[in-house]
Amino acid sequence: MKISYAHMGTATYAVEALLSRLGHEVIVPEPPTQDTLTLGTKYSPEFACIPFKMVLGTYLEVLERGAEVLVSGGGMGPCRAGYYGELHKRILGELGYDPEMIFFWPPLKTPRAFLRKVKRLKENASWFRVLGGLRLLWEKIKVLDGLEQLSHRLRPQEINRGSISKALERALDMIREADTVDETREAHQRGEKLLRSVKVRDVDPDELLRVGIIGEIYVQLEPAANFYLEEKLGELGAVAKRSIFMTDFTKEDVLNLKDESIEELAEPYIPENIGGHGRDSVGETIHYAKEGYDGVVQLAPFSCIPEIVAKSIMPALSDKMGIPVLTLFIDEQTGDAGIGTRLEAFVDMMRSRRRALSRTAAPGAD
Amino acid sequence: MKRTAVIGIPRYLSYFSFGELWERYFEHLGFEVTISPPSNQDILDEGVRETVNDACIPIKLFHGHVKSLRDKADYLFVPRLGGTRTRYTVCPKFLGLPDMVKYSLSGLPEVLAPRLDVRQRSIGAWRELVKLGVQLTGRRLAASRAFAQARRVLADKVSEIQREGLPALGFPQPSDSDLTVGVVGYPYVIYDHLANGGLLEQLLRQRVSVRTPELVTDSQMKERSQQFPKDLFWFYSNRTLWSGLHFMDADRLDGLVHVTAFGCGPDAMVGKLLEMESRQRGVPFLSVMVDEHTGEAGVATRAEAFVDMLRRRLRGGSAS
Ligand code: SF4
Ligand code: SF4
Repeated sequence: MKISYAHMGTATYAVEALLSRLGHEVIVPEPPTQDTLTLGTKYSPEFACIPFKMVLGTYLEVLERGAEVLVSGGGMGPCRAGYYGELHKRILGELGYDPEMIFFWPPLKTPRAFLRKVKRLKENASWFRVLGGLRLLWEKIKVLDGLEQLSHRLRPQEINRGSISKALERALDMIREADTVDETREAHQRGEKLLRSVKVRDVDPDELLRVGIIGEIYVQLEPAANFYLEEKLGELGAVAKRSIFMTDFTKEDVLNLKDESIEELAEPYIPENIGGHGRDSVGETIHYAKEGYDGVVQLAPFSCIPEIVAKSIMPALSDKMGIPVLTLFIDEQTGDAGIGTRLEAFVDMMRSRRRALSRTAAPGAD
Repeated sequence: MKRTAVIGIPRYLSYFSFGELWERYFEHLGFEVTISPPSNQDILDEGVRETVNDACIPIKLFHGHVKSLRDKADYLFVPRLGGTRTRYTVCPKFLGLPDMVKYSLSGLPEVLAPRLDVRQRSIGAWRELVKLGVQLTGRRLAASRAFAQARRVLADKVSEIQREGLPALGFPQPSDSDLTVGVVGYPYVIYDHLANGGLLEQLLRQRVSVRTPELVTDSQMKERSQQFPKDLFWFYSNRTLWSGLHFMDADRLDGLVHVTAFGCGPDAMVGKLLEMESRQRGVPFLSVMVDEHTGEAGVATRAEAFVDMLRRRLRGGSAS
């Protein structure tokens, strides 16, 4: 069957590997563009959050390309509520599409339903093949995450603007072409080498600004939804450290394990899980402050409830922990240029703040 | 002599569903209870000023209510409303409400934030409230007794509303109406005059009988819930959706109005579903979105146009 899914950063290519392993014809979604968003917005309720609109736009694009089955990870987006996929289905139905939709929820929460859905997806493939596919998925996710993180560290030092992004793109293609776990590992090494061969300035890593990225999961993981924030920060000379990488996400949400310590950090401010990533955003801000980061960027879809709760606590938190926080609420009207200007100002502020801090610290140190 | 301590309760959000219970409970326990006034322009302005600007109007209004009680009470009652730990049965803002309030407003008296379960049927879930009473007074027996009494008062009120309809909520129904319309939405939007620009009064004034989700019984709701996957939405959103379906399918009302608050995420989804469902059935549907600038005039015009259309439809005989 012709199968597709929502684009989600580099993980898109890992999912492609798994599904084609199972013998499906995979329609790989393109990275969402402004057109995708416009399309999704047109058929979404006005106040739906941006993940809802962008994913709907992507679905419409892949359906046009012939997709018959849509798969989706349930954990993303909907503050874990059920309406997200259900409403997508109905809206697509009104537009005359009738794809089969398979929603996956964290396997440990509803093991039986999970198994049924896996069986549906696996069709005639043997369990052995499924296992092989899952191993490949995991390996690819890991190396894709690794390459991305490396690129975030290197980009602030690049000499020619855009050279790291270009190298990363080529490295990702290498991973994409790999058909087995071994090939993936080998491609990873080649990719890493390629990235490291890019000419960079020789700077003390301690001198680079470090910025923590927090917020709602989709806008963190989908660069198209956050206007390629990490690239922008890198080009401004700051190392971006995202809180969620696909590998953590898989750990935390798919296997349903929770990182206790972030929750404990947030406890005095938000004692209970409020859905989405609201509480994590608070805990992670504290974490970054303790690690000596220069600032935090909070990313959230406009009208995203858990992040609004978190944001209302941010001013007090930022004061108390002594870490600047920039909150970016994103909707379909948010412009690339606007985000760029705000980031530039934020980076400038962090830079002068650091200079001031080192000046006051200097006389005391010997 | 020791002065009786005063507990302030904001007249907003879940107050519309559970206020009677809380009020009685604390009174029975020997506290003086003060409730903030019905929403007014001052409360709205203060709320808008103090709350993160990305919040929905109801959350802003709530902050305004809390602020209006700031100097009038020794304790503020801002419960943390949720469902079970594993299911998010309320809008996350209800869960984070005490946290938002504490960090947005300065100089508040002590905030009492017991964790309450919205499914009022389960007595065990309200144990937190009794625990709070014991903490405050040290009298366990009195607390349990006060709670039992308060719960009865609320139950009586709920059945009175379901028996008698809107008059029990303080809205007299017109005696000579030819149209009946369902108005669905969250209680803190449809019954708060300021939040909805007086929509209910507008409809009633135009001799339209109005039915609201609070008139629909739990078993009627449950019947409608079969049509959708379980736990689609939050508590209030589910009630909005199910009662909307009930009004269309069981009561066969002449039209459906959905009142929604600007900036409400869940409502965007509920509204869309209601719109699709009513279109399928050919039931006239009106969506009214209210924000801080909504005036009575704007709401009146929309209500009038909708009612006119319904009457024309009735005369034209095209209504089933
Ligand atoms: S977490 Fe935020 S963005 Fe995600 S579905 Fe909920 S409200 Fe929307
Ligand atoms: S349900 Fe909507 S209106 Fe109510 S608090 Fe949540 S976002 Fe606001």
